[in-house]
Amino acid sequence: MGMTMTEKILARASGGGTVKPGDVAVVDVETAVLMDMSFLPAGWRDILKVHAPNKVVIVFDHLVPAPTVQAAQAHRTGRAFAERFGIERLHDVGPDQGIAHAVVADRAYAVPGTVLVNGDSHTCAAGAFNCAARGVGGPDMLWAVTTGKAWFRVGETVRYDFTGRLPAGVSAKDIFLSIAGTYGAHVNQNVEYGGPGMSTLSINGRRTLATMGAELSAEFVIFEPDDALLQYVRERNQQPFEPAAPDPDAVYHERRSIDLGSLEPLVALPDAVVNNSVRISQVAGQRIDQAFIGSCANGTLDDLAVAAQVVAGRKVARGTRFIVTPGTQAIYRAALKAGYIETLLEAGAVVTPATCGACSGGHMAVLGPDEVCITASTRNFKGRMGDPSARIFMGSPATVAASALAGAIAHPGEFFRGDAA
Amino acid sequence: MSGDNMLAGRVWKFGDNINTDLMLPGPYLYQSAAAQAKAVFINNRPGWLEEMRQGDVIIGGFNYGMGSSRPAARSLRNCGVGFLLAETINGLFFRNSVNHGFRAFECPGVTRAFEEGDTAELSIEDWTATNRRTGQTLAVTPVPKMLLDMMLGGGILPLLEAQGLIAPKPLP
Repeated sequence: MGMTMTEKILARASGGGTVKPGDVAVVDVETAVLMDMSFLPAGWRDILKVHAPNKVVIVFDHLVPAPTVQAAQAHRTGRAFAERFGIERLHDVGPDQGIAHAVVADRAYAVPGTVLVNGDSHTCAAGAFNCAARGVGGPDMLWAVTTGKAWFRVGETVRYDFTGRLPAGVSAKDIFLSIAGTYGAHVNQNVEYGGPGMSTLSINGRRTLATMGAELSAEFVIFEPDDALLQYVRERNQQPFEPAAPDPDAVYHERRSIDLGSLEPLVALPDAVVNNSVRISQVAGQRIDQAFIGSCANGTLDDLAVAAQVVAGRKVARGTRFIVTPGTQAIYRAALKAGYIETLLEAGAVVTPATCGACSGGHMAVLGPDEVCITASTRNFKGRMGDPSARIFMGSPATVAASALAGAIAHPGEFFRGDAA
Repeated sequence: MSGDNMLAGRVWKFGDNINTDLMLPGPYLYQSAAAQAKAVFINNRPGWLEEMRQGDVIIGGFNYGMGSSRPAARSLRNCGVGFLLAETINGLFFRNSVNHGFRAFECPGVTRAFEEGDTAELSIEDWTATNRRTGQTLAVTPVPKMLLDMMLGGGILPLLEAQGLIAPKPLP
């Protein structure tokens, strides 16, 4: 019986043979990513032995630069841990700073065909790199760092085949909102993306879609490898690897086809990401206090480029705060070089240092009572970005930027007329 | 009821898509595990912690525990919940349940079969859940042995302590 990409990678990492839905696979972890939250005292334990320091990555991301004493203390614990065990891949506050999943992408730490774990739920972001990457808990991370192992229950796989090409002004976020609105949660299931239209998506677009798989409650989210991906990884990571393509006779729970050319910009209503997408016409004109573009889902260079294209030569509406947070400082520098940052600043946006920031409600643009926000980030749960009475709509970076100009939720279409699809 | 594989407790019902932020609100992430256990459901069901007793049972709907990787399962264990039965359990919450030693099981049909205040009996040997009031018995989805042993044994951390991989630290 053939295997899906997820099954193939888990089988390979558990010593060969096959795995099937229902199995528990104990696998070798190729990359274990710790973040600043891992080092908070309520979860961190004093590690006495590290299985392989060169397989560990540490990224401070939720709380950078430290907004509180507790955050500063967590950073100190993390630095001391890296020093003690000689962990070289430490992304501290500074030029290498960023959101862990974005750093993993920038540096191609996610090795195609292997297993990656991180104690953050959006770890499936690395699925864009044909990597079996999953968000796990604190104990999982301690197990992975000390033994090099992790366990996974093997779930059934839903396969999405893309055809066609996205229209101008429609992005990967809109693909996600369409899937989440139509099919809802994928609890205990893997999601795999491929098909002839997949290669029309940029690597950054695939990252957005893979990251949002956490909101589908999926186990693993994996893209098929293509030439663009393999080249991207080889340019950034010298480690040899073997990508995993699905077997032709792989068994899927369900196979669904999506014509990218048929999609349009969508918005998720507040409080839930799945089963909650509407056409923009249904919410257009809804007044907003804040517009946010950032997070592991939408802090890519593509996202900043789109935002700049929309606001170029225009001004953010009076009374609206437009916050833009690049995924990493490296992305920030690239956007600076490309002129996007200047365009955003001229329009009235506030561009923050790279951090999870407003997305996780920790710092940098927290919402007050009864405020309304439209966000291109990961979650719109009640209270996610600040006060529980705040209402959070979710859209693409283009939709968010267009809304920032209008001071109300707006369709981005007019800013892309004349652009080739 | 006696023995490790037979449990019973008073039922509290929660609905679909109960997320981790409700069990472990964001501001408590920076506090001790003991303080976190005193914040369970404080936003969606204030006062519940005072009413619930050691060994009580949570019955949830679909995708119980959706959301973040935070150790919400540990808070349920620490505040004294005996076990959880839900229609479906989010994969990340289930991992944390196994790894923190919290008993969490999928039991299709459980929402309709129980009212709040009923007593739920769970047999981990027969993989059944019974409503003591109505006598109705439902099948519980078995958890693979390796994971069950870890769940019932207190999770991953005792194993790592025993192997000398992490320093011992008493539970809160």
